[in-house]
Amino acid sequence: MWRFLVSPEVRERIERLDLPFNAYGLDPYGVSRDHLARFYTLLGIFYRHYFNVTAYGVEHIPSKGAGMLIGNHSGSLPVDGGMVIASLFYDLDPPRHTHGMVEKFAQYWPFVSAWFSRVGQLPGLPDHAKRLLRDGRILMVFPEGARGTGKLYKDRYQLVRFGSGFMRIALATNAPIVPFAFIGGEEALPAIYHARLLARLTGAPYWPVPPYLVPIPRPVPCQLYYSPPMRFVGDGSESDDVIEGYIDQVKARITAIIEHGLAQRDLPERERRPYEADGGDAVRPEVAP
Amino acid sequence: VKVLITGVTGVMARMVAERLVAGGHKVIGIDRRPWPDSPRGIQMFQADIRKRPAEDVFRTQRPDALIHMATVTHFSAGAEERYRINLDGTRVLFDHCHKYGVAQAVFVGRHTIYGAAPDAPLYRTEADPPLGVSTFPDLADMVAADLFAASALWRYPEIDTSVLRVVYTLGATPRSTLANFLRGHRVATVMGFDPLFHFMHEKDAAEATVLALEKRLRGVFNVAGPPPVPLTLLCRGTGRRAIPIPEPLYSLVLGRFGFAWLPRGAISHVKHPIVVDDAMFLEATGFQHQFDEIQVMEAFRMIEQV
Repeated sequence: MWRFLVSPEVRERIERLDLPFNAYGLDPYGVSRDHLARFYTLLGIFYRHYFNVTAYGVEHIPSKGAGMLIGNHSGSLPVDGGMVIASLFYDLDPPRHTHGMVEKFAQYWPFVSAWFSRVGQLPGLPDHAKRLLRDGRILMVFPEGARGTGKLYKDRYQLVRFGSGFMRIALATNAPIVPFAFIGGEEALPAIYHARLLARLTGAPYWPVPPYLVPIPRPVPCQLYYSPPMRFVGDGSESDDVIEGYIDQVKARITAIIEHGLAQRDLPERERRPYEADGGDAVRPEVAP
Repeated sequence: VKVLITGVTGVMARMVAERLVAGGHKVIGIDRRPWPDSPRGIQMFQADIRKRPAEDVFRTQRPDALIHMATVTHFSAGAEERYRINLDGTRVLFDHCHKYGVAQAVFVGRHTIYGAAPDAPLYRTEADPPLGVSTFPDLADMVAADLFAASALWRYPEIDTSVLRVVYTLGATPRSTLANFLRGHRVATVMGFDPLFHFMHEKDAAEATVLALEKRLRGVFNVAGPPPVPLTLLCRGTGRRAIPIPEPLYSLVLGRFGFAWLPRGAISHVKHPIVVDDAMFLEATGFQHQFDEIQVMEAFRMIEQV
């Protein structure tokens, strides 16, 4: 059933995912091959046609084993997450599946809850993050959380406070951090106002209202820039000062990638360059431009 | 060893008893219900675990080990009865173990005590708190019994106590919590939710209990078999039809239209998963399940065709 909704390319790529599917096409986290097929077909339409995303530097993503993608939340709905997931599926060879860390309220919503569970988008709990990384999965974290998507248009591309959990987990599981920047989401869905009552009624952390009222992202071309992985020394039990210092380095890197991306946005596609960090595997502080 | 099994006439308890006899152990059984054609090698006492005749079994038979399976989990028993048997019963049994020098005790509990909640981790470890008290208040007696049994580890340190938190069991008998939920041909699911269900074959669960005894486990262990499957797949695999019901109407259809009855609190357990991490048990015992998820569902589906 529903096979017509799945493109042959997606079917072929799903076969090459490194997920331990059982006879029913389920992995131990409840990720279902059939659901993935429909999910990726739909994402592909948005990735290639609606938003027309171009990804730079996908070679920085580990081709096997654990990895933590850390980036900016761009736009008032987490479409950036969906596009990152699509880029690892469509632009990596072999493709990899990305597990997002979703806001908890999604699990309260019918259908959303069931779908997110079947495509491996689990609630953002430290237990999930550690377990997935120890299982060698790719984890996508937006350390800004709902604070990040809840930005108004006037604050676009300004990073808000980062949570510190991701860094302790990366250290504890020895997973490389791949900082990335998503450019274009802020223009796709610019929120000029947050409707508090609607947010309260739906249980969502905020309800974005764009100038055209309906919170649907517009088809704006977007770019994704991945940067070389960063690794830090430690086991996750360091004091907050140390952790904050590490996080500042990641934040500075993402700020630099965002500036790089914004500067290149108006260039023709073939003149755009990937982001090159000097000394990717370094522990020394990044020089913020 | 001489093993005393309480609640021995239960489906899983019988399997445990038969396995122990086959393994050369001496088995004594206590139950309020009779077991008329109990197999050879099982010495049966019909008694209530909370009453004096049960203590007399300890006094006269002097078992080396106890496997406590006399817990009431069905809700038709009523809250008071459940509290008396599950809590008072567990209490007196551990006291008897202490008093009559029983060296080892295995408490067979449920994984449902972890409780299903939208913000709980998918895989629960033994260190995770039992959310069941808040998500499913009717389970409070099972939560308390589980924690109380584990307290024997420090109250009576001379007894090797193990608490097993076993996932749902299913198999060729229609008597288990999950079997009851899947009793009808149509199973009511909550529309828009499809949680993972963690279950194992009752024979595997019995085998795991025997292993816990033979390996002299000490501590709290999650016991599971094959990986979990979504509820809709569980329905399909057992030949049921999943009927999605919008949540506001859900409690109205339970017990009607051929759907199984569930207490109100159970709704969270039909919306969200309870899945356990059994790595500690596997490491301690080397347990390997014989039946995968497909075989378990097939076994259950076959009951009606027989």
